[in-house]
Amino acid sequence: MVTEVRDEIRVRVVSDADTVIARQAGRDEALRLGFSRTDATFIATAISEIARNITVHAGEGEITLGGLSEAGRQGLIVTARDEGPGIRDVPAVLRDDYISDFGLGMGLWGATRLMDEIDVSSEPGKGTTVTMKKWRGFDEVGSLLGTE
Amino acid sequence: MPVSILKQGAYLIASVQSALTDTEVIELRDSILERVAKYRSTGVIVDVAALDIIDSFAARSLSTVARTNRLRGAKTVVVGIQPEVAVAMSQFGLRLDDAYTALDLEAGIQVLTT
Repeated sequence: MVTEVRDEIRVRVVSDADTVIARQAGRDEALRLGFSRTDATFIATAISEIARNITVHAGEGEITLGGLSEAGRQGLIVTARDEGPGIRDVPAVLRDDYISDFGLGMGLWGATRLMDEIDVSSEPGKGTTVTMKKWRGFDEVGSLLGTE
Repeated sequence: MPVSILKQGAYLIASVQSALTDTEVIELRDSILERVAKYRSTGVIVDVAALDIIDSFAARSLSTVARTNRLRGAKTVVVGIQPEVAVAMSQFGLRLDDAYTALDLEAGIQVLTT
């Protein structure tokens, strides 16, 4: 299966102001790619969570956004990279009952609820890469809200 | 901080003007709590219509405001949550514990006066 990623947008994430820039870039890119306003809000919210993980746990990192084509489907891919302390137990972080030392444990877990696919690869001491995808499709909620 | 906080008799009305950073969310939380104590307010309306997302941090901070006010005998009404934001919060599982909610400012004032 061929996956094509187009037009990458990069946002350097160092402060909480960058988190706002990253999530707004995510919303704009989602709308440009034809996502509904509801899906664009899901994407922006998920980006806000993973960007916060970068500033709180790693200090700095980068978020990239790009359009995605795969087997006739169109979507958006978000990648967050940092070289921070990493996550010791990735499956534990994604579990429903996880609360981190900062009480901020909801972030990644929330992103899994808002996006269609999420992959977390992390090595203690070397950093974390979070890849999230959202596919464009029929938006049931958006059509109910009349925002389509 | 892109937020205005007005005193209207026994009530405070905090209107968020644009997207907030986490630092500004904390400033908003602390400003409301300080003013509620200073003015002995019995009700607070927080208008979040300008927010295009409410994530875990914003939801937790609004919940803290509502819980703290409740302990002091003041009501907190969050008004103007955008429809898409409400859907995303619901999908995420975010709640605003101890806060009342209303569609807009007018409905929020009704919540405080009844």
